[in-house]
Amino acid sequence: MRYALLVLGGPYSHQAAHSALRFAHAAIARGHRVDTVFFYHDGVHNAAHFAAPPQDEPHLVDAWCDLQRTHGTALQVCVAAALRRGLLDAREAERHGKSGASLEPSFELTGLGQLLDIGQTHERLITFAP
Amino acid sequence: MSEITEAPHGDLLVMLRHAPHGSLWLREALDLALVGAAFGQSVSLLLMGDGVWALLRGQGPGPLGQKGSQSTFEMLEMYDIERLYIDVDSLEARGLTRDDLLLPVIEVPTSELSTVLAGHRQIFNF
Repeated sequence: MRYALLVLGGPYSHQAAHSALRFAHAAIARGHRVDTVFFYHDGVHNAAHFAAPPQDEPHLVDAWCDLQRTHGTALQVCVAAALRRGLLDAREAERHGKSGASLEPSFELTGLGQLLDIGQTHERLITFAP
Repeated sequence: MSEITEAPHGDLLVMLRHAPHGSLWLREALDLALVGAAFGQSVSLLLMGDGVWALLRGQGPGPLGQKGSQSTFEMLEMYDIERLYIDVDSLEARGLTRDDLLLPVIEVPTSELSTVLAGHRQIFNF
């Protein structure tokens, strides 16, 4: 099965992101594919480059990057939701006169049209919300 | 204002379950509905739970600092989003009636919500 995940919950504040990651690993372990994870609403905070959790907690941003590196999962972030929450890639940062990029480079800013596409191109789209 | 007279149908159903103003849930859900409509999809909304407050007449952005969503609802017709289903039990539980609402809605009892869901190809739950 070709899965896509929609994450609406911010990291640590809610269980949603933890559960989405656990689902992704479980699905892959069973031989399925998790081709895309889309982050919207407070879920965009999962893409925070500057996240620095204490060492005895799971590092969620690194865990997403690891999923992307190991299994080729695309990590897509709604650009409008990201910008209003301060998550900018280098291009957006420059466009808005900010220095530095706050979006983790493994994540890609994209539009909501992409989320609708994902719903049609994957066999299942599972939502993880707080 | 009407009850279901034809089988619910559409490409995209966006479920609104949060009240306006206190959070961004409603506005970001409506954004997805507008994008769907702009991409040519046939879009319906389903208001249930605290989501029914979204259509309360006489709202404004006011002093809260949130942009509010009334202006977006007023734009829906322009986007050809005309099917607004509302869970009538949620409405009654909050002491509201159809006369309190900003736009015409299709009233659905909770027991028949499954037909609304089944009539849409893609569903997003906010």
